[in-house]
Amino acid sequence: MSGIETRGYVRPEALVDTQWVADHLTDPRIRIIESNEDQLLYPSGHIPGAVQVDWTADLNDPLSRDYINAEGFQRLASHIGITPDMTLVFYGDKNNWWACYAFWVFQLFGHTNAKVMDGGRLKWEGEGRPTTRDLPQYAATQYPLRQRDDSRIRAFRDEVLKHVQARGQLVDVRSTPEFTGERLHMADYPNEGALRGGHIPGAKSVPWARAINPDNGTFKTADELRAIYEGEQGLSGSDEVVAYCRIGERSSHTWFVLTYLLGYPNVRNYDGSWTEWGNSVGVPIER
Amino acid sequence: MADIPEKLTELLEDFTFVTDRNERAALLIEMADKFEEVPPQVAERPFAEEHHVQRCESDAYVWAVDQQDGTLKFHFAVENPQGLSARALAAIIDETLSGQPPAQVAAVPPDIIYTLFGKDISMGKGQGLMGMLAMVKYFARERAGLPHP
Repeated sequence: MSGIETRGYVRPEALVDTQWVADHLTDPRIRIIESNEDQLLYPSGHIPGAVQVDWTADLNDPLSRDYINAEGFQRLASHIGITPDMTLVFYGDKNNWWACYAFWVFQLFGHTNAKVMDGGRLKWEGEGRPTTRDLPQYAATQYPLRQRDDSRIRAFRDEVLKHVQARGQLVDVRSTPEFTGERLHMADYPNEGALRGGHIPGAKSVPWARAINPDNGTFKTADELRAIYEGEQGLSGSDEVVAYCRIGERSSHTWFVLTYLLGYPNVRNYDGSWTEWGNSVGVPIER
Repeated sequence: MADIPEKLTELLEDFTFVTDRNERAALLIEMADKFEEVPPQVAERPFAEEHHVQRCESDAYVWAVDQQDGTLKFHFAVENPQGLSARALAAIIDETLSGQPPAQVAAVPPDIIYTLFGKDISMGKGQGLMGMLAMVKYFARERAGLPHP
């Protein structure tokens, strides 16, 4: 037993364990969705019946720096054969980093009946559970057209600027050298995605993977998470929190932790993140 | 400017015609299956930090062993068990750049990563893979006596 319900999470229903997924592989009300950083993993073997949602190919607008629009989401939903009443279970590599990102984008479109498989690919494989290279075939569905709601869980640059001026809570989930603005010069590297290094003033540094037990990729208990975010960093769920990283992927993982596992009511992911902030003219930066 | 090794040019031509993401993935997985980890006579764990590729999420390591003919044999380790793309690139580099003139290896442009893996890989992944290639090129410049940029 994985004991998700014993870990003290405020919204434990947002997580399922690998056994639950194994028990629901052929349940027509469930769609299992794999989302990875490494695009080769899904085709090399995935949970039987799982579909792939790739963040660049499926979730981002190919032209504008933005997510897909209502029509794009409708096409994606139809393609992976889901309807609004279905339960979606996201999982993936890197401690569910990209799975949380896909989960977050699906929340922009209001598909709230969604869960993350605790431990992701790492745990599933570690337990010797079956994988397949067979691509599932699901009949295309009619998913209603839903407008994307950017107002609740997504933050834009100008909102973050106001948030900084109001001394609001920010959490920077990048690595320590990224947070401090230390440069790692290496020949042949493309630029690091930003002209300036450092962090948004007032941000607390909590690298995203601290929320994870490294041995099996599962989330730490609520007490352990509170010790990090609240005890050590002084964050609180009583006021809004904005999370950011480089492009908003790692911070969607922290958004998930704060929103569902610790139950913070008002957490937003700033997906422009450092690639926008560190390139913006005139915004304040701290080192 | 030296030409790039012919074997690599041929492989890149194969990939230039790939437009379907499943086909690309199948080709790369085939390469990843050929990956062989650095043999113990070259390096054993714990691996030295100077062989560690910076900012590669897959924890890749690169070694270059001098050959009698003046070329290099490249070896790799990928510590992330899910680092499939890193394994594929390691196998590609070994197959197309090991044993090739170091000056040609040093001339390989970083954007081959996009030809191989597609333009839609994430920035982090692109940087990690380019970091592996950058370390290979660093060793090649050393061997060829070329200045580092």
